[in-house]
Amino acid sequence: MVAARKVACVEIGGIPIALSTSDERFLDLLRQRYAGFLSSSRPEFELEFDLTTTGPVSDEDVRVGREGQAWVLERGDFQARWEPRTGRGSVRQNANPYSLDSVLRILHSLILAERGGFLLHAASAIGDGQAYLFSGVSGAGKTTMTRLAPPNITLLTDEISYLRPSAGGYSAFGTPFAGELARSGENCSAPVAALFFLEKGAENRIEELSSGEAVRRLMRNILFFAEDKRLVEQLFATACDFVARVPIRRLTFYPDARVWDLVRKFDRNFQRVLQHA
Amino acid sequence: MPENCIYIARSSAIAARALAGEMMVMNSADSTFFTLNEVATAIFQAADGHTPLREIVRDKICEQFDVDPERAQADAEQFVAELSSHGILLVSNQPLAAEAP
Repeated sequence: MVAARKVACVEIGGIPIALSTSDERFLDLLRQRYAGFLSSSRPEFELEFDLTTTGPVSDEDVRVGREGQAWVLERGDFQARWEPRTGRGSVRQNANPYSLDSVLRILHSLILAERGGFLLHAASAIGDGQAYLFSGVSGAGKTTMTRLAPPNITLLTDEISYLRPSAGGYSAFGTPFAGELARSGENCSAPVAALFFLEKGAENRIEELSSGEAVRRLMRNILFFAEDKRLVEQLFATACDFVARVPIRRLTFYPDARVWDLVRKFDRNFQRVLQHA
Repeated sequence: MPENCIYIARSSAIAARALAGEMMVMNSADSTFFTLNEVATAIFQAADGHTPLREIVRDKICEQFDVDPERAQADAEQFVAELSSHGILLVSNQPLAAEAP
């Protein structure tokens, strides 16, 4: 006898994905972990989870490749198969939420690449209706920037930013993918005002980056796992488009709350320059 | 065949975009990334597989950038060797067919 499958629809970045399982406890885990992102929208995609006793969460590299029309995602702690044409896939993993996050991140990175968007190793937050992104290597200050944010700033994520093209530029969406802050982002979105590459220093300052340097840094921080020439070229085109449309700067900052004054002032000054131009 | 007759062609493994006056080139096989200056961009764009490098340097570099021909040729060969080592340009002493994208 086959156990009935139950479904939780999780909508991140405006893309609803039905996650189904026959395990009640795993369903509870799904609902708790993605509580702010549960949706009643009609799912665009569907993933069936089957729980196994695979290995613990693994540090080994994930492998994402094509087998015919399907994508195959593998790491020590999960194996998944997803068919873009039908929008359906299956996942075998243990009940670990980190494995679940990894599978969802990879799936979204594949979907976004086809739609001109991407996942970026960056914190993001909304202030005054605009989204600010803060990217950099581990330790550069992504989580610090979110901790220093004034109370009227809405956190989208302290770790993985979700970006999609929108009218006139790009929009950033909240994600449940948390970093050191261990806190899910808010499920909302806003047009991107600026992307800052972070460096810690003795004072706060914002500096220009050449287009080449901006594309180089952006490509280095985009989360993409698939070995696929066409999609890598698509991502490169997207990165160039992003650099052409969104102000990208280096932000050297001293870790106290004043850095946020500089960030918000930058946007106002930038808008004035644009209007003047 | 004349001595030093080098032909260059862009590899099909690359993606290139011009942005704000800079040419960005990426090898999609290993994601190596280059930003080309104006002179390098002129050589890259002229790399059609059947125009000899010496002719590219004469017509596209010396004429447009007012540089010494011998110096320009040496710099071009160094640039070609570097991009070739990263699989971005194909180099031959015979005309090359353009690779299918």
